[in-house]
Amino acid sequence: MTDLLPFLKSLISLSGLSGNEKPVRDQIASAWEPLTDELSVSRLGSLHGLKRGNANEPRPSLLIAAHMDSIGLMVTCLTHGFLRVTEIGGVDARVLPGQRVTVHGRRDLPGIIVQPPAHLLPPESQEGPVGTAHLLVDIGLRAGGVEKLVRPGDLVSFAQEPIEIKPDLLAGHSLDNRASVAALTHCLDELQTRAHAWDVWAVATTQEEVTLGGARTSAFQLEPKLAIAVDVTWAKSPGSPDHKTFSVGKGPTLGWGPNIHPGLHKAFKDLAERLEIPHAVEVMPKHSGTDAISMQVVASGLPTMVLSIPLRYMHSPVEMVSVKDITRAGHLLAEFIASLEADFMDRLQLDENP
Amino acid sequence: MTEISAGQAWRFRAGAAQIGLLKKLSEAVAVSGDEGEVRAIVMGQIRDHVDEVHVDALGNVLATRLGRDAKPPSPKNGTRLRVMLAAHMDEVGFMLTYDDGDGIYRFDLVGGMDERQLAGKAVWVGRQHVPGVIGAKPIHLTTPEERKRALSLDVLRIDVGPGGNKGVKVGDRATFATPFARLGPSLRGKALDDRLGVATLIELLRHAPPNVDLLAAFTVQEEVGLRGAQVAAYTFNPDLAIAVDSTPAMDLPAWDDEEQPGAGRYNTRLDGGPAIYVADGATLGDPRLVRWLIQTAESQGIPSQLRQPGGGGTDAGAIHLARGGVPSVSVSIPGRYAHTAAGLARLSDWQNTVRLLHAALSRLEPEVLDEER
Repeated sequence: MTDLLPFLKSLISLSGLSGNEKPVRDQIASAWEPLTDELSVSRLGSLHGLKRGNANEPRPSLLIAAHMDSIGLMVTCLTHGFLRVTEIGGVDARVLPGQRVTVHGRRDLPGIIVQPPAHLLPPESQEGPVGTAHLLVDIGLRAGGVEKLVRPGDLVSFAQEPIEIKPDLLAGHSLDNRASVAALTHCLDELQTRAHAWDVWAVATTQEEVTLGGARTSAFQLEPKLAIAVDVTWAKSPGSPDHKTFSVGKGPTLGWGPNIHPGLHKAFKDLAERLEIPHAVEVMPKHSGTDAISMQVVASGLPTMVLSIPLRYMHSPVEMVSVKDITRAGHLLAEFIASLEADFMDRLQLDENP
Repeated sequence: MTEISAGQAWRFRAGAAQIGLLKKLSEAVAVSGDEGEVRAIVMGQIRDHVDEVHVDALGNVLATRLGRDAKPPSPKNGTRLRVMLAAHMDEVGFMLTYDDGDGIYRFDLVGGMDERQLAGKAVWVGRQHVPGVIGAKPIHLTTPEERKRALSLDVLRIDVGPGGNKGVKVGDRATFATPFARLGPSLRGKALDDRLGVATLIELLRHAPPNVDLLAAFTVQEEVGLRGAQVAAYTFNPDLAIAVDSTPAMDLPAWDDEEQPGAGRYNTRLDGGPAIYVADGATLGDPRLVRWLIQTAESQGIPSQLRQPGGGGTDAGAIHLARGGVPSVSVSIPGRYAHTAAGLARLSDWQNTVRLLHAALSRLEPEVLDEER
């Protein structure tokens, strides 16, 4: 079994900004290599791991997706030995001042995001939050050295080290969505000793934070019958509304709404209840904000489900997650896969009483 | 004043030991009023190099290193001057003020900090460095209007994890959890203001010039009102004093990229060497001492700069008013981003600060104060 805490710590110590996921993908591939029958990389960089089922061919397959890309920044210009940056993915500029980062220039360079003193900012930015465009990155080198090592388009990732808050609680950057990559890994681990009829495509997707393009193209290429997105959801935390958030440490959430196939939701819900796996139902009135958005409408359409792990302070460098919740999500997923009979699709219904 | 040639001056270079000490000092949690962790490091470093050391009622470390030449101590001319050096051990930080339950705490700021620097950071709580974070509401749950307002102390909390932690309680201090690191020619860390000053005093005590009595005050509570320095100066009753601190370098480009960084208002610049104060918000530096420092830098070829006169202050603000008055001056290591999670200073500026002070003390004679101010 993969020891999830050190594995997850290694995942969030690597960069893998949307569109440039290779550093983290290589680490995931080395963990999945012994757990899958085939590994490949898609044209947009997603990692495909195939674990074959035991039903007769042609066997149905399902796709379990967790995006491995993370939000971050990109250099837009050099100015007098400092860098200016723009966002990749949804970054609240208010968490940026004072952050330690790694600038991926000609080599990896440690740096700091800095908020210039008021008199160096435009008049409208002197009070209140300073927008990303007016922040600077300082890599501690003199101007000439900076110009040799950095150019526009270089990636800038958060450098916050993983923090073991408690034995079960990990904080750091990119836990959205490396936590779910760990859940998929746990699922694959459990499937080593569980018989399953269906083929399983475990996919670490790319570019979820920007275009959902990795999941979309992999779902098209792999032609699964079902697609399940595993992602993080908002956990109860200071400042976040209670009615939109879930407790850390109390299990994964099961998505419900137009982005979710009701029959799949019911199958997961029934299973979680039968196995007494702690969980909550997360209502998603419009969409799920996950890879399920693009997978649902791939080709002629797919039944989709969303499983989420509660996470505090999403999109900050100090996201916080419970390892127990990750294990539970992976376990539920493995149990669902093991429960799939070859003819499951014939019995999957949109309406309970058609 | 004794003239020493450039060849005689101590060419201090920081080695692995000094960098290791800076790391220990920078990573210590010592918010104003709770300086114990730095105090213990200082005591360990200086004990064998001083003639007398004690901790006073407020927590200042007061160390005396007598001169080693034959002259008796001052105040009479022809004797050794009693020179007070002050560097503050405390740093700005946080105090936990209210237990919201389940590991979540309200907190207040200790010392001057910008609330916009707080969100999304790791923290260490207490001397045990219990890990915690200051989170931020997920961007997905905010409105564009909301994002135009800064995340203030009202909405921010220190989170040590669901279930709380037995080692954490209201009243504990916390700081940003920032590992110290070398970035090329630079040093990156929290609390470089004023651990660089603390390290400077340690070096000077370990390599004390023989011609003066050094009265080293590692002070407390500078960031909340120069309280430690005030009583330390009374106790020492020195002939003159130098506050060694770190002052902002604001040599950054302006938003329109038009002005060369360091034009106009910059306070100090990195690579400019130690910053000599003529005047700040709390002290009009003693002109005799300012001249003495500038002359030393020029004659020894040590880079130095004048801090732009303006606001702010150092321990000199309290020291120069002690008893009947103490001729005082401040010298600072320039540092960017003070009072944030990660400051940045140049190793060369620190080395030049140690060199300048050592050279200046080495040529210091009582006549420096003969002329009336």
